[in-house]
Amino acid sequence: MARVSGLVRTGIVALSLWAAGALAPSSAQMTKDGLNPTGANPTANSVNEEFLFKQEPKIGGRVSIPDQKSANLIQPQGREYRAFREDYLPWIGGIAVLGILGLLATFFLLRGRIPLDDPGPDTGKKILRFNSFERFAHWMTATCFIILSLSGLNYIFGKRLLMPLIGPEAFGALAQWAKYAHLYLAWPFMLGIAIMLVVWVRDNIPEKLDWEWIKAGGGLVGRGHPHARRFNAGQKVVFWMVVGFGAAMSVTGLVMMFPFSVTDINGMQVTQVIHSLIGVVFIAGILAHIYIGSIGMEGAYDAMGSGKVDLGWAKSHHDLWVEEQQAKTASGPQVGKRPVSPHQVPAE
Amino acid sequence: MARMKFLCDADRCIECNACVTACKNEHEVPWGINRRRVVTLNDGKPGERSVSMACMHCTDAPCAAVCPVNCFYTTADAVVLHSKDICIGCGYCFYACPFGAPQYPKVGNFGSRGKMDKCTYCAGGPEADLSTVEYEKYGSNRLAEGKLPLCAEMCSTKALLAGDGEMIAQIYKERVVKRGYGSGAWGWKTAYRETVAI
Repeated sequence: MARVSGLVRTGIVALSLWAAGALAPSSAQMTKDGLNPTGANPTANSVNEEFLFKQEPKIGGRVSIPDQKSANLIQPQGREYRAFREDYLPWIGGIAVLGILGLLATFFLLRGRIPLDDPGPDTGKKILRFNSFERFAHWMTATCFIILSLSGLNYIFGKRLLMPLIGPEAFGALAQWAKYAHLYLAWPFMLGIAIMLVVWVRDNIPEKLDWEWIKAGGGLVGRGHPHARRFNAGQKVVFWMVVGFGAAMSVTGLVMMFPFSVTDINGMQVTQVIHSLIGVVFIAGILAHIYIGSIGMEGAYDAMGSGKVDLGWAKSHHDLWVEEQQAKTASGPQVGKRPVSPHQVPAE
Repeated sequence: MARMKFLCDADRCIECNACVTACKNEHEVPWGINRRRVVTLNDGKPGERSVSMACMHCTDAPCAAVCPVNCFYTTADAVVLHSKDICIGCGYCFYACPFGAPQYPKVGNFGSRGKMDKCTYCAGGPEADLSTVEYEKYGSNRLAEGKLPLCAEMCSTKALLAGDGEMIAQIYKERVVKRGYGSGAWGWKTAYRETVAI
């Protein structure tokens, strides 16, 4: 029985082979000499640039070399990147940096240095505002920031301002070191941002007091001294700017430091746009921070310099913080007596 | 002076990668860097074409525009070259280049992305023509010897053409007219803002 079914199957296969052989010559006779035997026109459906650009903004394919980035054949998006970097960024950066310097200079001329006003009985005594670890974190970050911003601005303005002055060879060498500085100092900068976040975040949570401080025109604008805890609303803005921009710069910077590890070429272009835009705004913000912490306000620099500020200054600028500190260490030598308002009679 | 250009006739390219190999050998290109590569489009599908691509030596080159240290220059033959002494390896030219031409040794190791390397149109660099220093940094200088780029010169199907833009465009036009089809001068619109009108 098995033998019979085997014979039948062989017969079917033989029959179909014969049929195929018999039909094939007739189709071959239909093709003309020199044409593709399948009848397809080899050029009719060939890819072309115009057609591919209509489907996608860039043209890519397959390469047999390990570098898969090279499978991108044509990516005209480089033009938008170029337009941003060469046409817009120098203007945005120039206006941001020079604009804030102009504003601060105008402010300084109009308002002058904000003095230690109302010298009370506590002026001359000192209170510890930032301990050595806090100051170390601040200055490590600050030093890195200054070098990072100068070397960062060099990527935009170096060839326009510095290169004509010192010549291409010297500028090339300088720019090379600036690049190394930019990449290596990014690490202590990121560490500093992380430390400052951990150390100061609890004193920087926004609260209702901040709104009253802003309404009363605290800081540079107003003349009075609204209530404030350890950090007033203006300082909280600086803190969150540093933490937010610092985090954004760190993430975009790391993406660029390890190119193509997380994104493709268009992602790299966008990353650089973000990094540079935040960078110039960050520089402008920190210039304002440097202004008020140094020449803008008498007594403010000591907080980050020696770490100790004038108690009179602290009472007028951070009254609630001074009260908290004194409640904590009432017997501490660095803290003066409890604050006494002129119209308030002492309890005893 | 001529206006040097590349033109790859994709209807002739057979993806043999001999141009890639010849380039690497001629210039002793470092490991991991390909100044020229062959990209296959629509791979395995009807209408598949391969295009050999390197630096196109653009008119108004984007790489030169975005370079933060202005290390690029254009020769009298309109070949875009750069100085590895001035280059800082920032990578911006790769972001701006439409053809992915710039390459860097030791990519991915932060801070140590080396000096950019790219196709020189076999024309060396800013150093003295045919000097050892020039060869070590940029490879051989065939243009100084009166020769055209090796990739195009040894192309087995003459798909890759190098030479004066008008001359190679004329050769390509004649081919298209004779055989009746052509998928176009790849990258010309992007690189030179013009295409070969048939």
